[in-house]
Amino acid sequence: MSLSISLAINGRQHDVALNDPRVTLLDLLRERLDLPGTKKGCDRGQCGACTVLVDGRRINSCLALAASMDGAEITTIEGLAEGDELHPVQAAFIEHDAFQCGYCTPGQIMSAVGLIKEGMAGDDPERVRELMSGNICRCGAYQGITEAVLEAGRKAAENAQPQTGNPDTGKDAA
Amino acid sequence: MSEQMSPERMSPETQTTFPRHVRHGSNSGQPVSRRDGRLKVTGAATYAADNHPEGLLHAVIATSTIARGRVRSLDVEAAKAHPGVVEVITPANRMPLHHDPNEKMPPFGFRVEVLQDDTVRYVNQPIAVVVAETLEAATEGVRLLAPRYEEEDARTGLDNGLRHEAQSVGVGAPGTVSFGDLDAGLKGAARVTEGDYSTPPQYHNAMEPHAVVAEWDGDTVTIDMPNQALRMSAASYAAYFGIPAENVLIRSPFLGGGFGSKAILNGPQILGILAARQLGRPVKLVLTRAQMYGPVGHRGRTWQKLRLGTGDDGKLTALHHHSIGATSSFDDFVEPAANASLMLYESPAIRVEHEGLRLDIGTPGPMRAPGEASGSASLEIAMDEAAEACGMDPLAFRLANYAETQPGTGKPFSSKALRECYEQGAAAFGWAGRPLEAGTMRDENGFLVGWGMGTAVFPCPQFPAEARATLRADGTALVETGGADMGQGAWTALAQLAAESLGLDLDKVEFHSGRSDLPDGGVAGGSGHTASAGQALSNAGGDVIARLTELATGDPDSPLFGAGNIGVVAAEGRLHRRDDETRSQSYADILARAGQKELVGTGKSGRDPASAEAFAMHSHGAVFAEVKIDPNLMQVRVSRLVGAFAAGRIINPKLVRSQYYGGMIWGISFALQEEAVADRRTGRIMNADLAEYHVPVNADVPRMEAILVPEEDPRVSPLGIKGVGEIGVTGTVGAIANAVWHATGIRVRNYPIRIEDLLRRR
Ligand code: FES
Ligand code: FES
Repeated sequence: MSLSISLAINGRQHDVALNDPRVTLLDLLRERLDLPGTKKGCDRGQCGACTVLVDGRRINSCLALAASMDGAEITTIEGLAEGDELHPVQAAFIEHDAFQCGYCTPGQIMSAVGLIKEGMAGDDPERVRELMSGNICRCGAYQGITEAVLEAGRKAAENAQPQTGNPDTGKDAA
Repeated sequence: MSEQMSPERMSPETQTTFPRHVRHGSNSGQPVSRRDGRLKVTGAATYAADNHPEGLLHAVIATSTIARGRVRSLDVEAAKAHPGVVEVITPANRMPLHHDPNEKMPPFGFRVEVLQDDTVRYVNQPIAVVVAETLEAATEGVRLLAPRYEEEDARTGLDNGLRHEAQSVGVGAPGTVSFGDLDAGLKGAARVTEGDYSTPPQYHNAMEPHAVVAEWDGDTVTIDMPNQALRMSAASYAAYFGIPAENVLIRSPFLGGGFGSKAILNGPQILGILAARQLGRPVKLVLTRAQMYGPVGHRGRTWQKLRLGTGDDGKLTALHHHSIGATSSFDDFVEPAANASLMLYESPAIRVEHEGLRLDIGTPGPMRAPGEASGSASLEIAMDEAAEACGMDPLAFRLANYAETQPGTGKPFSSKALRECYEQGAAAFGWAGRPLEAGTMRDENGFLVGWGMGTAVFPCPQFPAEARATLRADGTALVETGGADMGQGAWTALAQLAAESLGLDLDKVEFHSGRSDLPDGGVAGGSGHTASAGQALSNAGGDVIARLTELATGDPDSPLFGAGNIGVVAAEGRLHRRDDETRSQSYADILARAGQKELVGTGKSGRDPASAEAFAMHSHGAVFAEVKIDPNLMQVRVSRLVGAFAAGRIINPKLVRSQYYGGMIWGISFALQEEAVADRRTGRIMNADLAEYHVPVNADVPRMEAILVPEEDPRVSPLGIKGVGEIGVTGTVGAIANAVWHATGIRVRNYPIRIEDLLRRR
């Protein structure tokens, strides 16, 4: 059998003739589309290493069938940086030494990007810890991860603020 | 990538605990960010299973679901009939090997299961390999094999396992060691405290499952695999396949965690290489998470007994530590748990003993702090119990029993800043004023609060290793050693050491590692990689500078002419006269004038035997923990964790701190979370996955503090590096257990400490 799906990955359109309905999104990326940056840690939805964004939402790609991705827009770790310019979450991960072996890192970063976009954690380390807990790091880089997510979140919030003046008080920012 | 290599802005925390080893004008000692950071955050770092050579086949192993017996049948026909399946490899058609897998492979090779026959010795043992055009087809092929077994009763515990005296424990340590007169020490004691302790089977569970991608070309093979000991493994694979060692190329640029599980040969990876050979096509074989609970080692279960005699002065009069360690029915790795009692506290009489217990399990192996973790987990509770019996503060009690020389042997320590660790850790934690009694502290929410501490210790080996440094005509250098970076930061710290020895900025040094065809980088294990490969690199750099100096000082037109070896300093890519630093010459210039395109230096590492004989060598630390416990649910949360560690010279404080944090998190895990639970009837592990086998997630980990206590040690090695990878686990486990007691008054002596242990005895 063959099943045709068409999906956008990191802004690039892919038309895929799937010869097997069992292929997961994770294995599609890794084994068939030469995008091995997304990692497999458990293949069971238990570790978060395979996290990608589908239509802006975080999902475990090992639990999604590729066949169900027709028309989807997917962002993987390979699609975050703009050329040489790292995404702020990526830069914060390096700065805060938020990884050791690096194997959980693509999943951690994609989760963090999704989390910041959802605006659920704010500036609260406890919430960041809780909401990043779907991503296991066996090396134990959690302290750096929490700091990196907080910093990247703060930067994202600052960028969302108007550049001059303070609309709440009417006073000058300076 | 220059922004990664520039020194970090120092955080206030970094400034206060900055070690004093910084050499001016040197990269070494600086908190440089990881050089491989950009690769790792962009998904460009290549782990073994990311490789996909042309014509690749996928192999999936079928593993046993029984612990003991034999495979009666496999439905090979059904599997082969599945579209895409290329071959099913079973004992009936597996190609012959040149080494008997039932024989150990020196120096560290265990007996392995590579389809030598139909016996099953443990759950998750490989019993067949299905090879297919796709992963999906191979996976389904395995299911279709539908194995049938002849099953024998599994030996799963103390009541039915085979006990035996352990001649040797761990990797070749003696099983019994005794100093002084134990009976006299116990008899003469004012009081004796004793207890039974246990630690569960734990599985490394590196986030990256073991994987191999093998491609043969005639009698040579290229193997992509995560590997902590490249050269040793290449030689072992060569022996298995009857080819010269140089015909095996292992590439392991990045490991997704190792923790000891990727240092030792295992059956599945041999089978992946074998499948590629047998089928004449490249093969990828990756373990499933569940398959990592069996053939790739684990921390063996222990049952320990401790007896401590103390005098009226609170000093130990006797220390007796007995441990039974589970091993497999067919090989020996007995957790050297009791040996922890030989490293820490002064006592006129010490006896440590080990027994092995044969069970139908995969052979255990070294897992982060093997022996030290399990042994000190018990010893630190026992010390707390003894302190309690003496009415002493746990820290004061440990200070009263501080070992000024190695317990038993009386050998001096090469260095030991443990006292400073105790002081700085206690101060940062706020230990002073801790109530002696248990169960007296509550927080603002009514939670029970407890404080506990433990001593951390780990040996600091220096292994043989080799390196090469090549200075190039443009004044940059290439340095090479076949080492492994499993997350400890070797690619950065080793490059820093190489750059320092060459008198070059870090960004002028290209660093190659992670391949078995490079100079032997030794084993990345035992917390000894930086000390070992780093010393080799440093010596290689030194060799280059010595040769360069010879060229310059022998050149009549050089400003350095006649300065002699002793009279020059290498810095920032130039040699300077020591007596007049304004007179200098660039490396590029020296090479050009000598008409040389490059200059190659080599270096080796290995501990000085005289020093090893004369001194006891360890890293030390002290860990302080606070727990909070809901009085109704008795759920334990670690709310604060402070570790202070002295580990010789620190090359990169940023990465070292991460190592300590990681170790301390493993301590949380050991104390409160990790345990593989086997079904008593079948021996099957009931929680062989990451949902039921608990390891800490982010929310389980509080904000931690790791203090780097300065320590200089010229005796461990010329560079004075000790090692930081494992020590963080050791003190933390006991500290948390003792904090739980302090919060509740309940002594739990079996790890992990569970809610029900506390509820039951409340
Ligand atoms: S690989 Fe998908 S959650 Fe673990
Ligand atoms: S960095 Fe190794 S698992 Fe997270």
